[in-house]
Amino acid sequence: MNPTDLTLAELSARLESRDLSSTEVTRACLDRIRATDSALGAFLFVDEEGAMAQARAADERRAAGRSLGPLDGVPLALKDLFCTEGIPTTCGSRILEGFVPPYDSTHVRRLKEAGAVLLGKLNMDEFAMGSSNETSAFGPCRNPWDTARTPGGSSGGSAAAVAARQCFAALGTDTGGSIRQPASFSGVSGIKPTYGRCSRFGVVAFASSLDQVGPLGRTAEDCALVLQAIAGKDPMDSTSLDAEVPDWAAGTRGADVKGMRLGVPKEYFVEGLDPEVERAVREALRLLEEMGATLVPVSLPHTEYGIATYYVVAPAECSSNLARFDGVRYGMSSREEGALREMYFRTRAEGFGPEVKRRIMVGTYALSSGYYDAFYLRAQKVRTLIKRDFDEAFRQVDAIVTPTTPGVAFELGERSEDPLRMYLADTYTLACNLAGLPGMSVPCGFSTGGLPIGLQILGKPLDEATLFRVGGAYQAATDWHTRAPRIG
Amino acid sequence: MARADWEVIVGLEVHAQLLTDTKIFCGCSTRFGAPPNSQTCPVCLAMPGSLPVLNERAVEFAIRAGLGTGCTIRGRSVFARKNYYYPDLPKGYQITQYDLPLCEDGHLIIDTPGGEKRVGITRIHLEEDAGKNTHDPAGGPSRVDLNRAGVPLIEIVGAPDLRSSEEAAEYLKALRDVVVYLGINDGNLEEGSFRCDANVSVRKVGETTLRNRVELKNINSFRYVRQAIDYEVGRQIGIWEDGGTVVTETRLFDPQQGVTRSMRTKEEARDYRYFPEPDLLPLVVSESWIEKIRAELPELPRAKAARFVSCYGLSSYDAGVLVAERAVADWFEAAVAAYGGSAKTVANWVINEVLRLVKDSREGIAASKASPAALASLLRLLDERRINAAAAKAILEEVHGTGADPARVMKSRGLEQVSDLGAIAAAVDRVLDANPDQVERYKAGKKNLLGFFMGQAMRELKGQGDPKAVTEALKARLGD
Repeated sequence: MNPTDLTLAELSARLESRDLSSTEVTRACLDRIRATDSALGAFLFVDEEGAMAQARAADERRAAGRSLGPLDGVPLALKDLFCTEGIPTTCGSRILEGFVPPYDSTHVRRLKEAGAVLLGKLNMDEFAMGSSNETSAFGPCRNPWDTARTPGGSSGGSAAAVAARQCFAALGTDTGGSIRQPASFSGVSGIKPTYGRCSRFGVVAFASSLDQVGPLGRTAEDCALVLQAIAGKDPMDSTSLDAEVPDWAAGTRGADVKGMRLGVPKEYFVEGLDPEVERAVREALRLLEEMGATLVPVSLPHTEYGIATYYVVAPAECSSNLARFDGVRYGMSSREEGALREMYFRTRAEGFGPEVKRRIMVGTYALSSGYYDAFYLRAQKVRTLIKRDFDEAFRQVDAIVTPTTPGVAFELGERSEDPLRMYLADTYTLACNLAGLPGMSVPCGFSTGGLPIGLQILGKPLDEATLFRVGGAYQAATDWHTRAPRIG
Repeated sequence: MARADWEVIVGLEVHAQLLTDTKIFCGCSTRFGAPPNSQTCPVCLAMPGSLPVLNERAVEFAIRAGLGTGCTIRGRSVFARKNYYYPDLPKGYQITQYDLPLCEDGHLIIDTPGGEKRVGITRIHLEEDAGKNTHDPAGGPSRVDLNRAGVPLIEIVGAPDLRSSEEAAEYLKALRDVVVYLGINDGNLEEGSFRCDANVSVRKVGETTLRNRVELKNINSFRYVRQAIDYEVGRQIGIWEDGGTVVTETRLFDPQQGVTRSMRTKEEARDYRYFPEPDLLPLVVSESWIEKIRAELPELPRAKAARFVSCYGLSSYDAGVLVAERAVADWFEAAVAAYGGSAKTVANWVINEVLRLVKDSREGIAASKASPAALASLLRLLDERRINAAAAKAILEEVHGTGADPARVMKSRGLEQVSDLGAIAAAVDRVLDANPDQVERYKAGKKNLLGFFMGQAMRELKGQGDPKAVTEALKARLGD
């Protein structure tokens, strides 16, 4: 068996028993990347030398009996918007080409402290704006199940790399579904924790009030092992929460859903939902019921306003967050001729891709004097209503289960010219960001065309434990998450 | 129409840098004068992924400013982004407060020829300073220094209650005294740590609505405030009287020419697209913290001056001189306490002598090596008639320079007063014996010759005779 086929938890046990060395497994991952990535385009940067050095250090620690824990020596990879000291960080954009951060993001620092081996940086939609990884300035990433299709986005590289067994887990970010949607499209597990669970320090910002870091992995347990290493209060991020980080991984083992009340929102099973996706999700619900859970019909009446609200709030924040890319201090700078305004115009015109420009313009408009009340302010009010819908529903249930996406992975190029259709890919995921809740996606079946389908589990604020419990119990009863794509 | 028919309406907006050791959203030093860009980090350089973390000390200082000007402190205030592009603004937005500022609805009392006047303070909010651009007059590249980017500021927005350039200058001085007393700002207009913009409009006396206003920038001295407003008032009255309309705009004061020049009109005004800063939580301050800060507030200049008048019997002029600087007022009170005698005497010595000695020094009264206790001992030597006033001044000058003990200086320089009646009588005898004609004339009624005898006798005593004893001895010998 190739060591890259192990789950992270299995690998961790083998490293602990010293049946496998980190050096061997890191080498296997690098080989796998070399063999498969020309077909996928998941990696934007592979730090072969750094990874091998970290692997050797991990092996020395284990040999000396000084293991740093379950992630010590485990090869992971990072979406290319985590700042990494001394390693290029592009955010999938030309405007950051050549940018080498002088600091690590909090997550990178914490992963290094846990002994993880960092293989490199993963492809993504430019500035995390997109649902297909096609807005990346460095070419799209492809779905390992069908390379003509998108792996999803914006954390497309993270999902593809995990699905293709190039790494054991990857970090992504989720602003409107950017972890869960690609996890669903690529047949892996992924969790966006509660807003504030993870620091945002060192993560290139898209929409500050929605952005949240989380892991993608092969199983709920693997996600838990990574998340519990990076979560927790960070003095560098005022919005990070000072909440205890439990041992979620332990909670996935031997988990059951007996007596659990699972809400099924009627607004998520409507026109536009692919019948094959509906069938797989309903089958998963039936199984959960059989396992002892009670299904409870709930209503989230403001669901239909989610996309409109999201596409005001997120662009508004991004229009301001991306103002710092002005060609003055870092990244690309177009200074051939002209004065200050010309430098701004040229740098930003050449540096940003069309989707980023579209959102900057939409957001600028939504914040402008005379339009602020009608757009930004109203969107914030609707956001409160959406949050209230969930508060109401969570009075009756422990978690809510839905499809992660209305359909399966679409073909590259199919929607890239039609932003509104592209935005629909996030229909079921973005309300969770607007409400600041934790949400997980786990594989729950395949389409007749062999494409993965995801089940979304939404929880109460700070109740990731319930999501891991449901995910762990479901994966103990199913084998969707164990299937591997054949690449090439 | 005459100027007297027009009413001047002025409101000042003041930006004051807070004297915190570190910046408002990161740990960089705020020290002035360091090499360009040496006091920067990923946060104040707006590197990707960096986030602001609020400096609690800056909040405390802003609350002090609010309490010192009678403001209400909001239990919950909100930071907002003010978006615009400029190379000295690395994030492309300034973090400030917009619709929910930290302090609201305060006031300041100023003196005007018509008596005390209450000037409203609409709000005080916290924000970050921008960096500094330096432009090459020869047309070379401009340079950006971001050491100042992120230095904490408060903006103090005054109500349009000022009715002349003199009132504006008076308000600005009073406000500066308050922030300096509060220990939150160094009051330095020239270095730009205390900056002022003025909103100026005019209207006919009796009108109740306001006409278009102009915002004046670049008025970084008390004199420029008066000059800029006076010029602007004249310009606006001229326009209205010629049948024109004053344009709402921002104008820059040119101190060389003493004129204001258009910078940008309302149509060109930036749309700052304010929205709540999502990287910071709303600022919540507890009632108990506010009360703790209130309890630790120093006495402010006006209250101190009033107390000096009522407790020490000083004239309001003298009290005003003493409280102009907190260090001087403290020095004065320490000397009064050490001395135990007349506070008026202490005030005279501080104002006429001590302040004269330090008037050219930058550090103010701290430049003098004379301590309040030294002045007190000097004054006691005077009271005990061991020295006279002239000797006391000479001693003080030396104490100021060296910090020596006054009694020791008196002894070492032989300035002790001669009170020995025998020696005085002998000197008087010598003077009278040497001037028989004058003695005759004195006895004939020319009493003002006493001053002449006094001068001669003091010369005999090398200036150190106790004047009172000498007078008495003279009168006794002359038979008065």
